[in-house]
Amino acid sequence: MKNLNMDELTNQYYDVLKELGNIGAGNATTALAQMIGCKVDMSVPKVQLLDFNKLGELVGGEDELMVGIYLQVEGDIEGSMMFIQKKVSAAHLVNKLMCGMLGVTEEEIASHEFGEMECSAIKEVGNIITGAYLNALSSLTGLKIYPSVPQLGIDMAGALLSVPAVEFGLYADKILLVQTQFSDAVELDGYFILIPDMESYEKILTALGVM
Amino acid sequence: MGEVYKVGMADMAVCSGDDAVTTLGLGSCIGIAIRDPGTGIGGLVHIMLPDSKEIRNNANRPKFADTGIEDLVDAIVKKGGNRNRLVAKIAGGAQMFSFGGGNETMRVGDRNAAASRKKLGELKIPLLAEDTGENYGRTVIFYPKTGDYVIRAIGKPEKTI
Repeated sequence: MKNLNMDELTNQYYDVLKELGNIGAGNATTALAQMIGCKVDMSVPKVQLLDFNKLGELVGGEDELMVGIYLQVEGDIEGSMMFIQKKVSAAHLVNKLMCGMLGVTEEEIASHEFGEMECSAIKEVGNIITGAYLNALSSLTGLKIYPSVPQLGIDMAGALLSVPAVEFGLYADKILLVQTQFSDAVELDGYFILIPDMESYEKILTALGVM
Repeated sequence: MGEVYKVGMADMAVCSGDDAVTTLGLGSCIGIAIRDPGTGIGGLVHIMLPDSKEIRNNANRPKFADTGIEDLVDAIVKKGGNRNRLVAKIAGGAQMFSFGGGNETMRVGDRNAAASRKKLGELKIPLLAEDTGENYGRTVIFYPKTGDYVIRAIGKPEKTI
């Protein structure tokens, strides 16, 4: 079981990781729905093993303005996790969470600059949904997973995604991406990226009895 | 106006004439632009990590500062550039997220910039200008004919180095 190679992932491993993504994102969506107090639909997550240079295109262009929440994971598995969404989606989410306190119209929301309070709200959303995601992963595998305090970044998609890509780049030329689309009245697009190190992949797959 | 060729992560491209090369959303990665001012042949490599010797899985040469720069120089010379006239500019190497404690991978931007300078020094390619560090992403466009290296960042005025 040593030397798991990302480029040689079999379909079976792939399916397991996909299912993990599904359960994690499902939990995260429930947490989100409870927090904003309305029904949130979730699409079936797409799990893809992507080449680095396709990463930006997938989320709608490398220079698309996005909001990323990034945190590190410690415990039985080590690595990092990112939840990334379009800035417009994040603005809608914050507006909903703060009961319309942004005080901007639907048209203005795309160009709205986040203040300190709003950034804090986004971080909190990130904290809760990534926490829910990791909790699901933890109870499924029986592994201890501790997330760090989340960090917020508002910048071009390529720049934000380069952070997990670089970490992943230490092991492979591809990145494992779990993409989930949330939606309620307005579209809330979000993507989860979980980046365990290679040893942790083995631990996860072993805990689930597939290795 | 010529064509603008897009360079992805761990990727490179060479062009000449009125053409340009661009890479969108550089974070901790570095865009290394090298050209021969005599012929106007030049190119851009988008590296992600400082050193190919640090890790085992290093077949993807444009991913690393050391091998990426070597390959870009070779490609420019192959296209007709003069090895002895080459000059360089670099941009990127930001720290997108700040965590407490000095986690190695977190400071990869700084290490990428240092490794790029070192490699250019070893190859005796003068580094004419750089725009590195800070905490924001950069989109860059390089015009080998003029040597202009245009840098765009969100919420900041465009600049040319």
